[in-house]
Amino acid sequence: MKKYDTPLIDELEKGPWPSFVTEMKKAAKNNEMANDAVGHLEKCFKTKVGYWKHGGIVGVLGYGGGVIGRYSEIGDEFPGVAHFHTVRINQPSGFFYTSAALREICDIWDKYGSGLTNVHGSTGDLVLLGTKTEALEAIFAEYSSRGWDLGGSGSALRTPSCCIGPGRCEWSNYDTLDLSYALTQEFQDEIHRPTFAYKFKIKMSGCACDCVASLARADMSIIGTWKGKIEVNQDEVKNYAKNGMDINAEIVNMCPTQCISYDGKALKINDAECSRCMHCITRMTKALRPSGERGATICIGSKAPIVVGSLLSWVIVPFIKVEPPYTELKDLVRKIWEWWDDNAKPRERIGEVIEMKGMRSFLEGIGQSPIPQQIKEPRKDPFMFYTEDDMAAFKAKEAEEKKTGKFKF
Amino acid sequence: MALPQRKTDIGPPHYKQFLPPVIQKNYGKWKYHEITDPGLMVHVGESGDKLWTVRVASPRILSTATIREHCDLADKYCGGFFRYTTRNNVEFLVSDEKQVEPLRKDLTKRGFKMGGIGSGISNVVHTQGWVHCHSACTDASGLVKSMMDELMPYFESKRLPNKVRLAVACCVNMCGAVHCSDIAVVAVHTKVPTIAHENFKNMCELPTVIGSCPTRAISPDPANKSVKINAEKCMYCGNCFTVCPPISIKDPERDGVAIVVGGKVNSLRSNPKFSKLVIPYISNEPPRWPKVVAAIKHIVEVYAKNARKHERVGEWIERIGWERFFSLTGIDFTFQCIDDFTFMRDTMRTSSTFKW
Ligand code: HEM
Ligand code: HEM
Ligand code: HEM
Ligand code: HEM
Ligand code: SF4
Ligand code: SF4
Ligand code: SF4
Ligand code: SF4
Repeated sequence: MKKYDTPLIDELEKGPWPSFVTEMKKAAKNNEMANDAVGHLEKCFKTKVGYWKHGGIVGVLGYGGGVIGRYSEIGDEFPGVAHFHTVRINQPSGFFYTSAALREICDIWDKYGSGLTNVHGSTGDLVLLGTKTEALEAIFAEYSSRGWDLGGSGSALRTPSCCIGPGRCEWSNYDTLDLSYALTQEFQDEIHRPTFAYKFKIKMSGCACDCVASLARADMSIIGTWKGKIEVNQDEVKNYAKNGMDINAEIVNMCPTQCISYDGKALKINDAECSRCMHCITRMTKALRPSGERGATICIGSKAPIVVGSLLSWVIVPFIKVEPPYTELKDLVRKIWEWWDDNAKPRERIGEVIEMKGMRSFLEGIGQSPIPQQIKEPRKDPFMFYTEDDMAAFKAKEAEEKKTGKFKF
Repeated sequence: MALPQRKTDIGPPHYKQFLPPVIQKNYGKWKYHEITDPGLMVHVGESGDKLWTVRVASPRILSTATIREHCDLADKYCGGFFRYTTRNNVEFLVSDEKQVEPLRKDLTKRGFKMGGIGSGISNVVHTQGWVHCHSACTDASGLVKSMMDELMPYFESKRLPNKVRLAVACCVNMCGAVHCSDIAVVAVHTKVPTIAHENFKNMCELPTVIGSCPTRAISPDPANKSVKINAEKCMYCGNCFTVCPPISIKDPERDGVAIVVGGKVNSLRSNPKFSKLVIPYISNEPPRWPKVVAAIKHIVEVYAKNARKHERVGEWIERIGWERFFSLTGIDFTFQCIDDFTFMRDTMRTSSTFKW
């Protein structure tokens, strides 16, 4: 194996934070591809440009995604990375593993690939970094026969992902792990065979802490919430005070809706005014717990700024029950895709299509009524549309008022 | 050797087989948790059962050798059960308290770094960079390593008013959720692309290339059987290069990074926020990017000194005002910080009340 001199990236083996260069070199010890990846990277550091070529259609039979083609422009110089494709393995919900399962994944990868991975990629998949086209079918057979499938890529449903939820979190309002699994299974075809206008991501968080950043990076963000009171354990409140928490400064004054009061003894919450932001609960987890009906808020549309500016997801369905077999939620997903499919040009994310076609078209398309929970504030301009049906409804309401003698705004 | 029979559309394995018994038993019935130190927390179930989590830093790029080392540790101390986090840390799930200290000693001995829990700095969300992407203006892993070497105390021990979420994106596609981070680095091109006209007609589709440009800077160039780019409109996003290789945008001396601050994704106290541009350009200086690292450390320190307890970077800045953020940090305010893309009308000030 060729030995590369790598003075620049060697600098990144120094210092306390774990070094990716050390990882690449570990893999390079007995792997030609990883060894060339090391030399290739040193060259990038020296010249300050990358050498990867965009894309290339590679994959496994019957699937339209899950493998990302990657070739080097300088494959003659670094033959080990002339092909260096990525294989996305669909992660288990919540990134839980056993040592036996991961060793199996490693064994196969050492046999066919570079021995380099991303655990995990930003979409959530366990990413196997660097293999050749001719190895793909074998890799797929080895993994799938042992119960592992590929994740999504391209204009498809991307591998759903979720927070740890009920697995280890007291704040989860629904079973994120189970829903993630259920949706992944339900929509296998949509994951493996890209037929959408563009990518579609679903991410699930059990509460407003949003540990998977679903509100910022998922076309569909499913965020757990509740409808009942926050239960207060006054003894524990006393303990927090005794242990030095300044409850007025840290809790009462930081509540965004100013719905908490504290008289030095008992903490009271005006639950009707609480917006369920989670601040007080996360700071006093032993004293405060949500109670009552559980479910989720569905938000739609977030994406990165490419092309016309980034979006955060918008509230569409303020509350939905999230219980197996999740029929209502699955139906909603299908209705959303149907509207998107009818209205999108190629490579338009759903948030962009909603901006183009109008929120009304979208809400009507999926059968949702307008309600104030969807907005921060109403529109500021008077340039609105009135349909014949709208006018008929306004007129009917007024006719009704004439009859009853009472105005209804 | 014959390959095993492939299966399709089976989806991932069911997560339940990977949950340690203590989680199976207390699933959905956790009562509270306590953070003992940045590398250790304990979750307590309504049953009284306890689960200790030891969190360990990871460079995200892992060799199979290191994953096997994680496996060995999990076998020795936690019945083989462990997980990774959304921010790419490793978490050992220990259900026997007696195993916690031996595990931590072993981790220390092997050079693993524990931390990242609570009000400090956890692992950095980032993208592929020169390691694996065609579009990269910089190397994401190298930047992350350089930043975290310097910010290590905030991972392992030092506390901040609240979490500071960091991210790095290696081009403006921003594959890694940078736009809602407390402090993030986004790599940028700064020059109009050049076009190898002679290759255009063989390698590119005219309508696709024209359609790829968000600012409509590209128009046909019939004389060259190619396209031309209007320099007044191009903002160097690289989209055209992605769909058409003869268009070239990489430039070793001009590619660099920008720093954005004040974003968050959760809804605690205040709504989720986008990160906003404060430093428009720093040169690419591999292998250690000293100025980028210094800038991030400086912003963290000014935040640590001035923010109130529980305030995230963005909440602190909104309380004191952006003009005060610039005066406290001493960062030069430049034209790039004024939005001239989609958000200008919402981001200009419309009152005469501001601070000097
Ligand atoms: C002509 C128009 C093309 C456009 C506009 C285009 C654009 C893009 C974009 C925006 C992405 C990232 C998208 C995503 O993450 O979903 C992408 C990814 C990719 N492209 Fe292209 N591309 C084009 C042509 C091609 C061609 C001709 C190939 C191969 C021969 C190709 C192969 C790929 C691959 C393999 C990926 C990675 C897919 C993934 O994200 O999993 N593309 N392309
Ligand atoms: C023109 C636009 C884009 C292009 C050409 C593009 C291309 C790519 C390619 C080629 C990769 C694979 C990198 C590798 O492993 O080799 C990738 C990864 C990814 N992309 Fe994009 N992308 C584009 C836009 C976006 C956008 C807008 C987002 C999100 C908002 C995004 C999210 C992702 C994510 C999450 C990954 C996985 C990254 C990781 O785990 O490091 N991409 N993209
Ligand atoms: C085609 C559309 C519009 C026309 C023809 C129009 C015309 C006018 C006229 C003639 C005046 C009176 C000027 C004066 O008394 O000196 C006026 C004032 C004003 N218009 Fe408009 N306007 C239009 C749209 C709008 C819109 C959309 C807005 C706000 C969203 C707006 C906001 C105002 C305001 C704030 C004033 C001053 C009102 C006041 O001093 O009390 N106008 N407009
Ligand atoms: C006002 C400006 C911005 C807005 C509104 C915005 C919004 C968003 C949204 C909604 C997403 C979700 C994307 C998705 O996964 O589909 C996203 C993703 C992302 N944004 Fe931004 N963003 C903004 C600025 C930035 C900036 C300045 C950066 C980098 C400096 C950035 C980096 C990213 C990255 C890396 C992702 C990846 C998400 C993923 O992992 O899938 N954004 N952004
Ligand atoms: S999003 Fe909420 S429920 Fe999920 S892990 Fe985070 S805090 Fe827990
Ligand atoms: S959850 Fe938020 S809004 Fe509700 S009481 Fe607590 S701090 Fe106030
Ligand atoms: S941010 Fe840009 S350079 Fe980095 S992985 Fe994504 S597309 Fe590639
Ligand atoms: S770099 Fe972006 S803005 Fe410039 S011409 Fe290409 S697509 Fe248009």
